[in-house]
Amino acid sequence: MFRNNYDNDAVTFSPQGRIFQVEYAQEAVKQGSVVVGLVNKTHAVLVGLKRNAEELSSYQKKIIEIDSHMAIAIAGLASDARVLSNFMKQQSLGSKMTYGRPIPLDRIVAQIGDRAQTNTQHYGKRPYGVGLLVAGVDEAGPHLFEFQPSGLTHEMVACAIGARSQMARTYLERNLDKFQDCSRDELIQHGLSALKETLSQDKELTIDNTSVGVVGVTNGKKESFKLYEGQDTAALLEVLEQRESAGAEGESMEVDS
Amino acid sequence: MTSLMGNHSGTIGYSFSEPTSANVKQHSFYPYTDNGGSTLGITGADFAILAGDTRSTSGYNINSRMVPKVFKIGGDDETGEGANIILSVVGFAADGNALKEKLDTMVRMYKYQHGKSMSVGACAQRLSTILYEKRFFPYYVHAILAGLDEEGVGALYSYDPVGSYEREQCRAAGAASSLIMPFLDNQVNSKNQYIPGSGEGHALVPKKAEPLDKETATKLVKDAFTSAVERHIEVGDGLQLVIVTREGIEEVFHALKQD
Amino acid sequence: MNHFPEAWGRPRNDVYGAYDHSYLQTSGPKAHTSSPAVTGTSVVGVKFNGGVAIATDNLASYGSLARFSDVKRLRNFGDKAMVGFGGDVSDMQYLDRLLDSMDIKENYSHHGNMLNAKNLHTYLAKVFYKRRSEFNPLWNHVLVAGFDGQGEPFLSSADLLGTTFSAPHLATGFGAHLAVPILRRKFPEGTPLEQVSKEDAVEALKECLKVLFYRDARSADKYSIAVITKDGIDLKEDEQIQGQSWAFAERIRGYGAQTA
Repeated sequence: MFRNNYDNDAVTFSPQGRIFQVEYAQEAVKQGSVVVGLVNKTHAVLVGLKRNAEELSSYQKKIIEIDSHMAIAIAGLASDARVLSNFMKQQSLGSKMTYGRPIPLDRIVAQIGDRAQTNTQHYGKRPYGVGLLVAGVDEAGPHLFEFQPSGLTHEMVACAIGARSQMARTYLERNLDKFQDCSRDELIQHGLSALKETLSQDKELTIDNTSVGVVGVTNGKKESFKLYEGQDTAALLEVLEQRESAGAEGESMEVDS
Repeated sequence: MTSLMGNHSGTIGYSFSEPTSANVKQHSFYPYTDNGGSTLGITGADFAILAGDTRSTSGYNINSRMVPKVFKIGGDDETGEGANIILSVVGFAADGNALKEKLDTMVRMYKYQHGKSMSVGACAQRLSTILYEKRFFPYYVHAILAGLDEEGVGALYSYDPVGSYEREQCRAAGAASSLIMPFLDNQVNSKNQYIPGSGEGHALVPKKAEPLDKETATKLVKDAFTSAVERHIEVGDGLQLVIVTREGIEEVFHALKQD
Repeated sequence: MNHFPEAWGRPRNDVYGAYDHSYLQTSGPKAHTSSPAVTGTSVVGVKFNGGVAIATDNLASYGSLARFSDVKRLRNFGDKAMVGFGGDVSDMQYLDRLLDSMDIKENYSHHGNMLNAKNLHTYLAKVFYKRRSEFNPLWNHVLVAGFDGQGEPFLSSADLLGTTFSAPHLATGFGAHLAVPILRRKFPEGTPLEQVSKEDAVEALKECLKVLFYRDARSADKYSIAVITKDGIDLKEDEQIQGQSWAFAERIRGYGAQTA
């Protein structure tokens, strides 16, 4: 009946040194629809593919604004994400209240990391079934962090989590040097291109299923987080289409030479 | 051997109880101060104005000539962008700031949780409960909240320090309120104004109050403050004017006399 | 010396009468600070082109007694900001420890201490306000000097009630009466910061401290002065007021060598 004896709780190691419940939680992340995050010297961008449970239902929210300087993109259990997002909202309001400053990204990421870790050390607890990409700006510039159910956090230059996210990661790895110095709008396009890579043959990016979030800082001037959804994404997707068709020719030229 | 009796020389050394009067310590710490200044709000058909002077005082000292008393509620921290409600507080400035921050946090959490901005009416009710929560250690402030209601009409709510509130056309608060309010009664609500030649004595027909336009209201605010500055020592230095319209929130500063 | 340690260091009963233990009693209402004990007097600060200067004297008084003559009342917050303390010295030391531990915690972060003087001032004001709301005040009036988030010079005040305000020049305590008029005359309000040089600012502070020493009975002629610029904090803690002139005293009865 059971696959093994070491997955009945989230606090017991297997003899191989694994915690199966945490690994299963990571599977939940892989089943979530894909989100992509990328950062360069001025901006941090999150893009997400929204899913609807059925034709008649609304689309699941993928990007949540935490504060004017920070947002998260989620893959996995949305309800677990909400718990984390509420916590992050509280913390960032607290920082604004006490110090009058936006909470530094590394600080708040460490806090959710610690919370997730305690779930793997107290009996009766369950790991968060969600992975997060945390994007934002602070005194030290734009940042992107990845958060996993294990409590592991990494600062990234680009990242994708969720179903078929490997395709997006491949795109990001190949184009890394292109978006380090690129503009805000180009960075968004790279995000959308990466997102598009993950789609199966019969799918397309539409204004209904695409979410884009941007936050940045240029010459010390903060650009508050902006979320593009629905009709607001139309212009972005149009540019993407133009680039793709122009790029396709460019690509083939390169191959020829 | 009087010293062995303790230093309560006037009391008898009862064996069953110690005199308690010596142990009762009185707090000499008073947790409030008055930072002076005055605020005022006027509404019209499609706007609301809140204004306040920018002087901060302690007794006869001027702490600073530039401490604004009107705040945007529920917007971005630095720019106030996205806000549609404004609050003025006058009295004990530290309480005023605490109150402002508490309300601001509430309005932002509302937006985060419900995905839409709080209406002025809801915000007004919430401010009342925030004030009443501290009924027995009150925020020592007179607050005025303003914005546009769901019909787009100027809305203004005024409060006492413990949360009693009502919606009004105009209100003056703070040090010079007793100087400004009668002027507002007369100019905004047309009190003691009669239609000329409409009758004799009690037969005179009172002039009906008409909603003011934005320019007239702004002029009244400036006049009210220039006059208050002449007569009240705690009012002066600068005038902060914050105006809410459908287009958003506009903030301007004017100089007042520094004497 | 006897075998009762609780009596050690206390006036002898047979000489001074029974010791009044009432203030040590654990029963009865919990007592909070209702007045300061050892106190520092004024703090003065001025913004100038490219930074802020702040100064205090080095005296801690016990009532009218000049109790400690070498107390540093300017405290640093990392290399970011200076805080000038007036009021209770033990509360100052508590806050200084609080600020030091905060600086250490901040430095755990990968990017170091990112709190600027403005953040620090917000925090201190919150601490003061919280404590006054608990009826257990920290009996201080402080000036915080440094830079804000935009890199502009920052100078702001916070007191035991949590009241805050900011101005191009500030002074606490007696200085609010004596130093501010001097500073306002030297640098009238509305003067662009670009027109106030570092040297002028420092000179003005020295002048203020001198006037305070003349007329504030709880002041001293040894002082500390800190100049905060983009290059860091330049703190001098062992200065002496120069160029005193007590000529005015000669015509005042009760001063100097007059006999009649």
